[in-house]
Amino acid sequence: MNLSNYLVLASILFAIGTATVLLRRNAIIVFMGVELMLNSANLLLVTFARIHGDLQGQVMAFFVMVVAAAEVVVGLAIIVSIFRARRSASVDDVNLLKN
Amino acid sequence: MAILRLLELAPAQQQAASGFLQTSAWLLVAIPLLSAAFLLLAGKRADGWGHWVGVAAPGLAFVLGLGVTVSLLGGDAATRVRSLHLFSWIPAGSLHLDAGLRLDPLSLTFVLLVTFVGTLIHVYSVAYMDHDPSRRRFFAYLNFFIAAMLLLVLADSYLLLFVGWEGVGLASYLLIGFWNHETPNAVAAKKAFVMNRVGDLGMLVALMVMFASFGAVDFTTVFHGAPGASAGVLTAISLMLLLAACGKSAQFPLQAWLGDAMAGPTPVSALIHAATMVTAGVYLVVRSAPIFEGAPNAQLVVVIVGGITLIFGAIVGLAKDDIKKVLAASTMSQIGYMMLAAGLGPIGYAFAIFHLVTHGFFKAGLFLGAGSVMHGMDDQVDMRRFGALQKFLPITWATFAIAWLAILGIPPFSGFWTKDKIIEAAFVGDGWRPWVFGLVALIGAGLTAFYMSRLFFMTFHGTERWTKDQHPHEAPKLMTVPMIVLAVGSAFVGGLLSIGGAFSTWLEPVTGHHEHAEPVLSVPAITVATLVLVLAGAFFAWRQYVVSTVPVTPPLASVLTRAARHDLYQDEVNEALFMHPGQYLTRSLTYGDRRVLDAGVDGIGRLVAGTGELLRRWQNGYARSYAATMVAGLLILLVVVLAFQS
Repeated sequence: MNLSNYLVLASILFAIGTATVLLRRNAIIVFMGVELMLNSANLLLVTFARIHGDLQGQVMAFFVMVVAAAEVVVGLAIIVSIFRARRSASVDDVNLLKN
Repeated sequence: MAILRLLELAPAQQQAASGFLQTSAWLLVAIPLLSAAFLLLAGKRADGWGHWVGVAAPGLAFVLGLGVTVSLLGGDAATRVRSLHLFSWIPAGSLHLDAGLRLDPLSLTFVLLVTFVGTLIHVYSVAYMDHDPSRRRFFAYLNFFIAAMLLLVLADSYLLLFVGWEGVGLASYLLIGFWNHETPNAVAAKKAFVMNRVGDLGMLVALMVMFASFGAVDFTTVFHGAPGASAGVLTAISLMLLLAACGKSAQFPLQAWLGDAMAGPTPVSALIHAATMVTAGVYLVVRSAPIFEGAPNAQLVVVIVGGITLIFGAIVGLAKDDIKKVLAASTMSQIGYMMLAAGLGPIGYAFAIFHLVTHGFFKAGLFLGAGSVMHGMDDQVDMRRFGALQKFLPITWATFAIAWLAILGIPPFSGFWTKDKIIEAAFVGDGWRPWVFGLVALIGAGLTAFYMSRLFFMTFHGTERWTKDQHPHEAPKLMTVPMIVLAVGSAFVGGLLSIGGAFSTWLEPVTGHHEHAEPVLSVPAITVATLVLVLAGAFFAWRQYVVSTVPVTPPLASVLTRAARHDLYQDEVNEALFMHPGQYLTRSLTYGDRRVLDAGVDGIGRLVAGTGELLRRWQNGYARSYAATMVAGLLILLVVVLAFQS
């Protein structure tokens, strides 16, 4: 199987993730978009590791997963606390710093 | 008596006594100054009795001044100029200035005049300002004035004199604007202050030129160096000193402030704007005699300024209806006489100062009389609203009459002995000068007689022209007694001090001895001419203001009269020549400042603010738009990187 298909898939996933982050209002969905982008990046790392026969890319993918896990924990906690305070998970409502 | 007793003392004791008195001369300045500070700081507690402290200060100073004078009289004429070193004032390396007092006949004449007339006017003020809630402050200012004036005349250097000079200017400003809750009074005070600043500029320049030429500003060094200096330097110093004198003494062309200065309480007009401060200019010219004598051109200018002011003041006095403004114009005119005499050189110095002394008596008396009339007439100052007050104010009438005869120069009253001598001195010389100056002085005497008689007759004689509900009454004793004392002075001081030329001899250590010179006309002829003119002036005033009725509203009059009523348009001239161009200049400067300098500075501020405003739009608070920005940035970076790679 041609490895370049993985690159195309990763690009499509990244585009979908980006679009999700930019277009959706619900913070949970936005978060999922971020996860999608991270994982598309992981896919790219692994694919390039495969193409070059070098394990460094795969190691980097593990790092990304660890950081992503930590980020999910913190991010979800923020989202939950905002939801508690404002009864809404819309990112557009969180604009207190504007003024 | 005091003289006799002092002379009876043994020489050693006498030396000790006079030495002590003279070294304590600094108290002359310190006592009124302390009293002023005390009155200002004492607060309301002293409201009930503070004015008596204010009266005591010049009284004590007078007693002390008398003591010093007597102690000087005890020695012979050669020892009558004493310098009293006080302290080292500005010791700065090679520059060293001392503060010291100079006790000599000239300064002590002033000390006695200022403290004596000052004390009387203080007493008068106790009653005159009785109903004023800030009487204590008034006395504080008066005492401050006395201190500054004494410093002015006692100083032994031009710099210390300048301190007193500014002090009296400040006191004058504070007292003219004493009732500053009324705008015209505050404006008059400011006008006096600003015009005095013009004169002070002259004083400063004179000080600088002196410093540059002689390296010092004390009288001894400057007068010692004056004969060796070039005529140009001496002329420059003289003219600058004259400018200063013109500002302080309300001489042409800086005369405009004196009429408005009458906005102050009447005792102030009597003390500062008649008897003492305005004569400081004459003092300055006489004191600086060695400088002026090296600059004949400047002396000529002094005479011309005096002559112009003499006639100017007299003409203004002819037409004014405000009793105090007539007296102000008269003061200006009389100081014109003194200036004229002071410009004539050694022949005139003694008589300039002598006239100054007698003028101090009769003019203060006239002002206090005017104050008494105002007191009885509910502060009315319009002479057209007076008339027939002789019956109601007999003491004021009598004292006023004596002062009136004195200023007219009727023998044997004081003014005769001094003014007549000035007219005589003006006729001395050769060429055109004695004729012009002499005739100006002569005509001035006639004009003086007319306007002073006009004032006297309009106020005390003729028909009653009062407004309704006026009950003229004589002033209380506290006011009449000083008036009586001044009237006695107006009657006798001139004659007494003229016996054997006593006053001229007394001043000789300062003014130098001058041999009698023959005027171009014979002396009896001048005296007769003066008296004829004076009597004619008085007669015309009598015919116009006693025989015929005085209209209550000023009648329509000739161009000259209208001009005189407007102070010969002095304010208009000043405004057109100086004020409006000055205002235009400042306006264009502020315009330039606003449009160029401020615009530049403001522009930078506006640029920063505008940039901020633009950038602020980006910070809209929507997380998604920030994300979009980041994506856009990344895309741009990507495109750039790819574009440069290929």
